[in-house]
Amino acid sequence: MLARRILLRLLQSIPTLAGVAVLTFVLVRVVPGDPVAMMIPPGADDAAVARLYAMYGLDKTISQQFLIWAGQALGGNFGISITTRQAVTGLIFSRLPATLELVTVAAFVAVALGVAMAVIGTRFAGRAGEVVVDGITGFFLAVPDFLWGLAFIVVFGVLLPLLPISGRADPTQASGLSTEFTLIESFVRFRWGITTDVLAHMAMPAVALALPLAAMIARVLKSSLAEQMGQDYALLSRVKGFSRWHVILAEALRNAAIPTVSLTGVQVTFLVGGTVLIEKIFSYPGIGSLAIDAVINRDLPLIQGLILTFAVIFILINLALDLSYAALDPRLRHG
Amino acid sequence: MSDDVLAIENLSAAIRNGPTLLHEISLRLAAGEVHGLVGTSGAGKSMIGRCVLGILPAPVRVTAGGIRFLGKQLVGLSERDRRAAGASLALIPQDPLSALNPSRRIVSQMTDVMRLRLHLSHAEAYARALAMLDEVHIRGPQDVLRRYPHELSGGMRQRVLIATAFACEPRLIVADEPTTALDVTVQKQILRLIRELQRKHGTSVLFVTHDLGVVAKICNSVTVLNAGRIVEQAPVADIFLRPQDAYTQALFAATPRYDRPGDTLRPLPADFA
Repeated sequence: MLARRILLRLLQSIPTLAGVAVLTFVLVRVVPGDPVAMMIPPGADDAAVARLYAMYGLDKTISQQFLIWAGQALGGNFGISITTRQAVTGLIFSRLPATLELVTVAAFVAVALGVAMAVIGTRFAGRAGEVVVDGITGFFLAVPDFLWGLAFIVVFGVLLPLLPISGRADPTQASGLSTEFTLIESFVRFRWGITTDVLAHMAMPAVALALPLAAMIARVLKSSLAEQMGQDYALLSRVKGFSRWHVILAEALRNAAIPTVSLTGVQVTFLVGGTVLIEKIFSYPGIGSLAIDAVINRDLPLIQGLILTFAVIFILINLALDLSYAALDPRLRHG
Repeated sequence: MSDDVLAIENLSAAIRNGPTLLHEISLRLAAGEVHGLVGTSGAGKSMIGRCVLGILPAPVRVTAGGIRFLGKQLVGLSERDRRAAGASLALIPQDPLSALNPSRRIVSQMTDVMRLRLHLSHAEAYARALAMLDEVHIRGPQDVLRRYPHELSGGMRQRVLIATAFACEPRLIVADEPTTALDVTVQKQILRLIRELQRKHGTSVLFVTHDLGVVAKICNSVTVLNAGRIVEQAPVADIFLRPQDAYTQALFAATPRYDRPGDTLRPLPADFA
């Protein structure tokens, strides 16, 4: 049952990916800007320019280019990056783990903080505690993630130099690992010195990404918690003699979770998008900063590969989301 | 009388910075007595129940008066003391669907209160839940305990809630329109069931309803409310035979009668509605 549902969803995502591929392919080629112009020195002769165009296939029509690219892509070859001359696939896979780890940590921080604020706000509904929570979430929502990033650099990197402001790990420490999942690998291999170092590097970008999301989670969860707390079962639970904390955490939270879970899923995809700026600010070596460089250099094959990677991540997040509803609500399990 | 289970004395409640919802309500409930609270929507009958249970909506406050339950003053207690004092209180709610948590099995919703109030072990609470379901005439109780609320019928859910309400041997049950959300045939069964268990356990019941027929069947005495004020308070026979107040008379006149052919429906006069 479950396997069939997953398979069906994955099949449904094929046309989506094809659409994304066509759209980005055309878009990056029709907007002004020229990868060859970025490479050649001023005053290069026309013959050399023409040779470069031919070398990257840019002298062909867009549809011809697309067919060549699609044929190779189906075989797993997404071309060679124009700027770095490395295979796009290899380049993305070497940088993807850093972004996945950053997004995962940011999502955890956002969920933990958001749920905590929602629960506290609900517990003190109609009192000063709720006003404080609403004020904090409003402030977190109003300031965008990159501004948080810059503010953190000033405060915790410069004024109180507690945390590293750039990179992913101290290069003298992070060696001897065999994958790019530095955080996970160092943790399971008991090299916790590296784990703490990686977490210290992640702290500021992850929290900067997390704060606006945490505020959004807190808002949505708090309003559905308020609705659940007005349900008769919550009142009955209080009549039974359970404390408000118990009623919120053990009764209402699970039922209030579904709208929040769907919001969180959608917002985590934005989080992945948010890494583009945040990674650049913190010189964090993930696919976000790679994407900015690719766009600046008009590195067409790399842009194409990165956007497809983002699309696959979005599709997988949404799939995980759909599956989580049934786990949360027994009424959705059959039929 | 100090042997009253419940004594509400001059109770007033109001929305903060807003209108007064209850005006100097007084009523007494002896052990084993069923007392009806009747009135139209907004008359304050459910609000009295919620005052007694200590689950007032956030902006509503008790502004004066007191509630003595088993000789203990409930008004002014801290939330913690209030929970402790409520050990012999229970609620049969109006809507049996929303009163059961959709994501928890029946068994955990029945046993949690027994484990909290009676300090029973898992196994003891399970055995007691089975016994209580038997008391409310549910067949196949093991199967029912395994189910989620949405897998039971409305009448079944209300039986589960009644079983839960009686499980900890409460001295007072607030029944908040317990039959309103049910269809008519089930209403009768549920009413009979509450009556049966109430007699068997000697429990006092504060029965909130807008249905005078229900009052006649189940209550010993009645308080008629209008706009948060008591308009009449009497044993049930007196109310039905000799309604004193004009509002009570209007309520009776508005009840359709099948024994008067050609009778039309009469709305409450405008100054009461």
